[in-house]
Amino acid sequence: MSQFLYLYRMTETARQEAMGSPERAQQNMQRWMAWMSDLDKKGHLKDRGQPLERTGKVIRGQQKTVTDGPFTEAKDLVGGFTLVEARDIDQAVELSRGCPVLDGGGSVEVRPIMKMDM
Amino acid sequence: MELSEHLFRRESGRLVAALVRIFGVHNLALAEDVVQDAFCRALEVWKVRGLPDNPAAWLMSVAKHRALDIVRREQTARTFAAELSRTLQSEWTLVPAIEEAFAWSTIRDEQLRMMFSCCDPRLSEEVQVALVLNILCGFGAAEIASAFLTSRAAMEKRIARGKKSLASSARLFDLADAEFGPRLSAVRRALYLLFNEGYHGASAEDAVRVELCREAMRQTMLLLESPLTASPETLALAALMHLHAAKLPARVDAEGDLSPLLEQDRSRWDQQLVQQGLTLLDRSAAGPAVSPFHVEAAIAAVHATAAGVEETDWGTIVDLYDRLMGLARSPIVALNRAIALGQRDGPEQGLVALSAIADAERLRSYPFYHAAFGEFEWRCQHHRAAHGYFSAALRLARNTAERRFLERRVRQCDDRETQPVVVAYSPDSEKSSGAQRGRK
Repeated sequence: MSQFLYLYRMTETARQEAMGSPERAQQNMQRWMAWMSDLDKKGHLKDRGQPLERTGKVIRGQQKTVTDGPFTEAKDLVGGFTLVEARDIDQAVELSRGCPVLDGGGSVEVRPIMKMDM
Repeated sequence: MELSEHLFRRESGRLVAALVRIFGVHNLALAEDVVQDAFCRALEVWKVRGLPDNPAAWLMSVAKHRALDIVRREQTARTFAAELSRTLQSEWTLVPAIEEAFAWSTIRDEQLRMMFSCCDPRLSEEVQVALVLNILCGFGAAEIASAFLTSRAAMEKRIARGKKSLASSARLFDLADAEFGPRLSAVRRALYLLFNEGYHGASAEDAVRVELCREAMRQTMLLLESPLTASPETLALAALMHLHAAKLPARVDAEGDLSPLLEQDRSRWDQQLVQQGLTLLDRSAAGPAVSPFHVEAAIAAVHATAAGVEETDWGTIVDLYDRLMGLARSPIVALNRAIALGQRDGPEQGLVALSAIADAERLRSYPFYHAAFGEFEWRCQHHRAAHGYFSAALRLARNTAERRFLERRVRQCDDRETQPVVVAYSPDSEKSSGAQRGRK
């Protein structure tokens, strides 16, 4: 088994649309919870990860210039991450297909965790 | 643990009410932002950590903290609720004031005040209903638009117009106001419209319509929680809604087709709602005044307690409709009266009564006006005439369910017209045909 990081990205408008009304927000959440518990049941969930605030700071370059979030210039905001276990990248991709972030036009970035056991 | 159905939607109205208590109605948009923010947080946190033990309390606690934070931070930049201005300025009283705003009884009272504010007579009734649905029931503009078959953009505009007017008022309606009586009537009227939209409305989806009925009932029950608003007329409205809602499970038959009252499988009526409706109707008889809601509830009670179409006391129903005509004359009431009269005195008399409806112009675009003519013509065995009426009704059908129902009626007439003239049609089968027809 290898480990993979899922990075969830979504535009701000897509996020607002997904949360557009209380009913939609609840449906959206129920889809997320169902998806997470499914990953968990199948033994793929290594770490549920953490949600990220929509605000923050960016430190850039040698100048170490600090800019404020929210990062309106970024098309897709990283909204959170999860650590999963899968046989290989193909399976990790397959598992990500059920992620509710995709319904709203967002994306899941699947990144293998580098193996350090050599 | 399962999240209860519509929790967010239901909590939305309560949270907005509490927050408006703190921020003031001119900051309605801010209150809505805070609620939206609480839902976003719930989404992010619950999907990772799972559902909390008490999701509603969790949401409330997030909203409370956020409110406290906003009041502290924006004290100088913004003005908050005029009623609390002193209290919010001092750290000594700020926290208790916010706790108090989220107390169960405060939320109830604020929801009532919000309901009264939404039903401002300066706003058209369609705007009032849209505001109640949006602010108190937590429906989004797109959801309301789909229930009322309008575009989302048009509904957003309608809601924005109403909110602008709400936000321009200095404070929410005060239940001690001299205008209380007439405003309470406006509130009942809006809830009645909301219920009717669910019950008879145009939206195709049955689930949507049932939700509208449920919400109208929930808001009416809120009126019954406070002695100020729980008048006999409000009780009669609640009775009426319960007795009608009891029939909802039978409104669509096993094949998913619309089933009119006379053909419904009465074993599917919700007896618990019938009982609750009858109890409410009893309680509503407390005062001397008889409102249209009382009479309508009494009519619904006669239907709800009859074992079948045959056993229905059509005489009493016609009398009650006569009474209703005296209290609140309208073409729709006249139409229902004519239908009841036809049940009592036979289809010929029904046709006479239908033709005698004054102001029938206003029913021209209502499919079931033409369908009523069709039914009675059919029972008089004038199948060709019935065909004409059902076809006219079909052209006016507002959704698939209505279309399918009326198409079936037209087809029945087609079948009759092409059959040989000798048709066994004893008076006996005529009498029960109401319950048989439409079932293959």
